[in-house]
Amino acid sequence: MNQPPRVGPSGRPRGADVGAAVLDVDALIDDRGVGIIVCCGSGGVGKTTTSAALALRAAERGRRVVVLTIDPAKRLAQAMGIEALDNTPRPVTGVDGGPDGGSLDAMMLDMKRTFDEVVESQASPEKARQILENPFYIALSSSFAGTQEYMAMEKLGQLHADARAEGSYDLIVVDTPPSRSALDFLDAPERLSSFLDGRFIKLLLAPAKGPLKLVGAGFGLITNALTRLLGAQVLRDLQTFVAAIDTVFGGFRQRASKTYALLQDEGTAFLVVAAPERDALREAAYFVDRLSADRMPLAGLIVNRAAVPPAGDLSADEAMAASERLRRSDATSTTAGLLRLHADRTRLVEREAWLRDRFATSHPQVPTAVVPALATDVHDLDGLRRVGSLLGGDDASG
Amino acid sequence: MTDWPQVRLHVVTGKGGTGKSTVAAALALALATKGRNVLLCEVEGRQGIARMFDVDPLPFAERRLTTGLPDADGEPGVVHALHVDPEAALLEYLSLYYKLGRAGRALDRFGVIEFATTIAPGVRDVLLTGKVFEAVQRNSRNKGAIHYDAVVLDAPPTGRIVQFLNVSNELAGLAKVGPVKSQADTMMTLFRSPRTAVHLVTVLEEMPVQETADGIGELRAADLPVGGVVVNQVRPRDLTPDQLATLDAGTVAGELAEAGLDETQVDAVVTDLLLGGREHAERRALETAQRAIVDALDVPAYELPRLPQGVDLGALYELAGLLRDQGLA
Repeated sequence: MNQPPRVGPSGRPRGADVGAAVLDVDALIDDRGVGIIVCCGSGGVGKTTTSAALALRAAERGRRVVVLTIDPAKRLAQAMGIEALDNTPRPVTGVDGGPDGGSLDAMMLDMKRTFDEVVESQASPEKARQILENPFYIALSSSFAGTQEYMAMEKLGQLHADARAEGSYDLIVVDTPPSRSALDFLDAPERLSSFLDGRFIKLLLAPAKGPLKLVGAGFGLITNALTRLLGAQVLRDLQTFVAAIDTVFGGFRQRASKTYALLQDEGTAFLVVAAPERDALREAAYFVDRLSADRMPLAGLIVNRAAVPPAGDLSADEAMAASERLRRSDATSTTAGLLRLHADRTRLVEREAWLRDRFATSHPQVPTAVVPALATDVHDLDGLRRVGSLLGGDDASG
Repeated sequence: MTDWPQVRLHVVTGKGGTGKSTVAAALALALATKGRNVLLCEVEGRQGIARMFDVDPLPFAERRLTTGLPDADGEPGVVHALHVDPEAALLEYLSLYYKLGRAGRALDRFGVIEFATTIAPGVRDVLLTGKVFEAVQRNSRNKGAIHYDAVVLDAPPTGRIVQFLNVSNELAGLAKVGPVKSQADTMMTLFRSPRTAVHLVTVLEEMPVQETADGIGELRAADLPVGGVVVNQVRPRDLTPDQLATLDAGTVAGELAEAGLDETQVDAVVTDLLLGGREHAERRALETAQRAIVDALDVPAYELPRLPQGVDLGALYELAGLLRDQGLA
């Protein structure tokens, strides 16, 4: 099996060469040893499109693929036939699977439903109902920042187990939520543990469990303070919730740790998606560092929406100077306008190249694929194919 | 003359990648004129303000950040900055409103503070908005504290903004009574009043514009006051659609020669200039179509140009000037 390299700032440098190695996307999606590709990155960098394009390209190169998306644009979701949010993979029509029998299914994550299903699978029907109706659970499962990340990974774990049991898919592509705290899903097992093992929770559970040995004077103080702040009902709801969820928690933690191990497995490849902008690349650097700190198999960086360098060697300054000269005699000169566009584009290309170079210098081991910007939005399979072929390094004009 | 004379709290939201933080910063600079004090708040723990203004990471305390954009008479105001941190906000809140004393410390010791700020749903948002609320409502009775003429909030993205501001709704299922609930209700009164405006930042692409339209619908459904739409990163429009439709290699080559380029340079660059022009025309047509959708939203729109060299401190002042000229500030 072709093992994806573990790379990161702590990894082995590739000699003195500063320019980043090239990420071979086709080799990655063709590698049968890779069963999971996780696309992560900050919001607005084209992560959903990238995931869908990768999945389609892999399917049309013969893989049996399912793509798990979080929040696709309406028209893209329609094109893939997943505007109904039913938490089940549906076949995408119009995919040319070729002689190897490739196929593509897609699904959109329903966070609350995934959470409900976990609870139902872990608890007796009676207990499950108690949990599902608790106001704390409702708020936690529908609005808690971090739930979405965690549920995306939970769903990945489920899909993976099902695919293995039924032999339905050989590649799962996962889009991750645009999280402000980036890789929240990596923390999910730990956060859940620290939440439910926390002293406060122990205190809340104590009355339900019997003698209040640990508690002493502190607890009365706390319950009084909380009651004053939130009202007595909240505390009662919270106690019920904690007591109920505690019984299913063993299962939760086990599942979370299993998913974590699955992510670390060499059959998984992480792709960090970014745009060639300062903030997006700074976030990407954070992702790369975090993934490597957690020993997650990072396959590389995808830089979307790169400006296409103009031909010729007319510099931005020369173009601006020529534009000014023309505008002095004709303020509305077309050529002057074109020269200014040329200057803008040259400057943008220079700036992006500089930003990528800075990234490559600090992360020399991260193979990078640069995807040129498309003039139009992507909302159908043809658009995804175009992005896919750019990801695969085909000629931009092709 | 500003379009929003009554507004004390400017909430700036937008889809990720549209430049929401940049616009919030530029708006704060634009509002800080004639000796006015403006507070720029961030709530997402990213230290974006510190990076944009090239200062040390901000603590949970109001700091003088910079001088605002002077008006025509050269009279500037002052921009202050605040990085709202939920844990610190909760402790401050407890000591300010409830004088909890020993119990407050006990809460911290038993992990309640951590629980409330990371796990308890909704509470985090109430704490973050609560601090912003306090800065807006502050008056002369609060001795020693700076009185702000305007507060600009670099808010969470469009997809989360209604949930973020709709604090009493978020708490509704949980705390039905008690001081936290009534605090949340008081905050809602401000957020729903004409003293608040939620501005949405977008770029002229399909998804962000769609999200902006959806966001406006959700804000209105929640009775939250929609401010303006800031259309960011607009491409230059110095060429007319007619000019772009009738590009001609011969004419361009002639004019390039006229501008002093030698023959080899002209040959090397003319095809590419035309190609660039056509691509620009295609993107402009898309922008025009999306701009029409923005106009149909029936809210005031403001435009900021695309800056090919990126946004530095100087650019923030430039953008501030443009926002003020158009009346957002």
